[in-house]
Amino acid sequence: MTEETTPAGDELPQPVVHRRRLGASLIWLVPVLASLVGLSLVINSWLQAGPTVTISFDSAEGLDAGKTTVKYKNVVIGKVSKIRLSEDRAKVLVKVALEKSAENFARADTRFWVVRPRIGLGGVSGVDTLLSGAFIGVDVGTSKEPRDQFVGLEIPPAVTYGAPGRSFALHAEDLGSLDIGSPVYFRRVQVGRVASYALDKDGRGVTFQIFVDGPYDQFVTKSSRFWNASGLDVSLGASGLKVNTQSLAAVLAGGVAFQDPAGPHDASRASEGDTYRLFGDKATAMAPPDGPSQYIRMRFNQSLRGLAVDAPVEFLGINIGRVVSINMDYDEKHQSFPVTVGAVIYPQRLGRAYEKLAALAEAQGTGADLSQMVAKLVANGLRAQARTGNLLTGQLYIAMDFLPKAPKVDFDPAARPLQIPTAPGSFDKLQEQLGEIVDKIHKIPFDAIGTHLNEALAGLDTTLKQVNGNVLPELHGTLKDARKTLGTANNALSGDSPLQQNLSGTLQELQRMARSLRVFSDYLGAHPEALIRGRKADPAPPAPARTQPTPATGAKP
Amino acid sequence: MSALPRAGELGLIGCHVCGLVCRDTRTADLACPRCSAQLHRRKSASISRTWALLITAFIFYLPANLLPIMRTVSLGDVDDNTILSGVVELWVNGSPDLAVIVFTASIVVPMLKFLVLGMLLLSAQRRSGWAQRQRALMYRLVEFIGYWSMLDVFVVALLTALVRFSVLSRVEPLPGVIYFGLTVVATMLASMSFDPRLIWDNRDNDD
Repeated sequence: MTEETTPAGDELPQPVVHRRRLGASLIWLVPVLASLVGLSLVINSWLQAGPTVTISFDSAEGLDAGKTTVKYKNVVIGKVSKIRLSEDRAKVLVKVALEKSAENFARADTRFWVVRPRIGLGGVSGVDTLLSGAFIGVDVGTSKEPRDQFVGLEIPPAVTYGAPGRSFALHAEDLGSLDIGSPVYFRRVQVGRVASYALDKDGRGVTFQIFVDGPYDQFVTKSSRFWNASGLDVSLGASGLKVNTQSLAAVLAGGVAFQDPAGPHDASRASEGDTYRLFGDKATAMAPPDGPSQYIRMRFNQSLRGLAVDAPVEFLGINIGRVVSINMDYDEKHQSFPVTVGAVIYPQRLGRAYEKLAALAEAQGTGADLSQMVAKLVANGLRAQARTGNLLTGQLYIAMDFLPKAPKVDFDPAARPLQIPTAPGSFDKLQEQLGEIVDKIHKIPFDAIGTHLNEALAGLDTTLKQVNGNVLPELHGTLKDARKTLGTANNALSGDSPLQQNLSGTLQELQRMARSLRVFSDYLGAHPEALIRGRKADPAPPAPARTQPTPATGAKP
Repeated sequence: MSALPRAGELGLIGCHVCGLVCRDTRTADLACPRCSAQLHRRKSASISRTWALLITAFIFYLPANLLPIMRTVSLGDVDDNTILSGVVELWVNGSPDLAVIVFTASIVVPMLKFLVLGMLLLSAQRRSGWAQRQRALMYRLVEFIGYWSMLDVFVVALLTALVRFSVLSRVEPLPGVIYFGLTVVATMLASMSFDPRLIWDNRDNDD
């Protein structure tokens, strides 16, 4: 640091003095402001954060952590924050961060499901998710109990909470072609859908839960009949071919229809959760109630080819039940194979007849038991027959008819199941009779007849030979003579024969005689006194007219 | 070898604005007699200002990275991306070169700035004489690359303006990009408020 290097002080200008206004420490306001902003972000996100729930699904298909949203009525209420596998790797656990406003969605009965594009026969749903990807749908529950662990539904629920309408239970023998979401029709208007179905605990049927939307639920009455409206109902009746269906969708996807039965019925509104039976078709649904069923058994000593399970059992032409089993049996005594047919009959299908019979039996003190009634009917000739219902296919049905000529049988009314005596069917009877005829024909000694015929023919042969040798020559002479006679006769009768001449003369004489007789009788009619007095002289004829004399006056009888 | 003398040692002070050299009267609140700009031997409160701006930048850097910066909507597929997830997506979707560029501009450069400025500040405060030339080089580098960090902000701004096909495809800016922009601005201000002459102000010690 030497003085030489410093420039002369005077050459340089002197700086002026300015008051400084801001202190340097004010710059620290900037980071404070920044930290305030940061803090507000943190607080905001903390305040915005709703509850976090975990939903388990079978698969995370279409789900994306940080991307997949949770939507309620298409409003985003949360986001999937994490997806991981469960401990046993059987499930996918989806962690969902709900928004603060969606706090009340974390309830015990809230349901979650994944909305994916679904193409069913009933329609297409979730098309928007084709582009946007799947999202998680929510149906908020009504429970007050909070919860953060949920089991997700694999298919969207058909009915959401709070939807107006009522649900009912239907009991059916099998699922048929129904599925969750299958439509429910009332007078061919879709008014609801199948919400769920489950096999019964005992495995003997399927119970459906259906939901009928309001205000249509008022049409479900206590006596409503439900039937499976799936598929086509083609019936060939006296009025021609009839095809009956609810809608094209129902043909493909199935459906349930309901309606009140015709006639007087209980039309009060059904209450929530009422149970109904789901009939197979409209006809059975609308039929009067079958009442309790009765199992009966029949033993047939004939081939039952063409009899199938579900074949009808008819009583005097009325369908009263159906065949449920056909089993082979062996009869040691007769060394035969009778067929045991089990059938279910509904006595109430007989309607008034059954009521009257029951009343009658009650009056007689035997009790309204079916077996007692049947015993009486059997005594009157009631027999079960397997008859041909269709000659083309040879299908059989069981007919109960009165056969007065049927041989008496022992009927045990106490036996369970009830054993109905049988008689061979009409067709079988015909067969039997044909058999008998054939037997009889068989008994005819065609051989012996043949031999005898042969002998007879030989005799005839000799006879003819005789005729030829002896009789014919004689006949020849006779014929000659006969011709001669005929020639003579011919001559006698010819026009110029004397016989003919004489005959002609005789006839002329006869003619003349007849004329005279007529003149005489005329005269006598005019002059009866001539018999006594004789004939008067003819009156003189008038002069001017006498140009010619009358020739007839000369004749005299 | 004895180092070159400092202006302060010679009783001189230069104007930052018009370059006029004045006699340093060693009094407070000096101003340039020609352009009335404030005169100071060193940038006033350089270290504390730089610190404050650097801290501000760092505070903004957190939400800038945590919050999504851009929303891409294509055919209903909504995709929110943070800076890092965007980089990862680019890398995964087969554009590693782009991924490297974005990563460098958005992650490496700001971090480099934080580190370099922090180091410069610490060393200046301690009046350290260590690697002075390299430190000066680093400072110039930081100043130079500072505005390249705005790349991300520009990308978002351009995409938002260009990609507007409503349903087909759409890009929307999200709050993250604002914080990122603030970070970049704050770091640039911080590097501007740092006085590089402080790097050399240790002569009294090592003499």
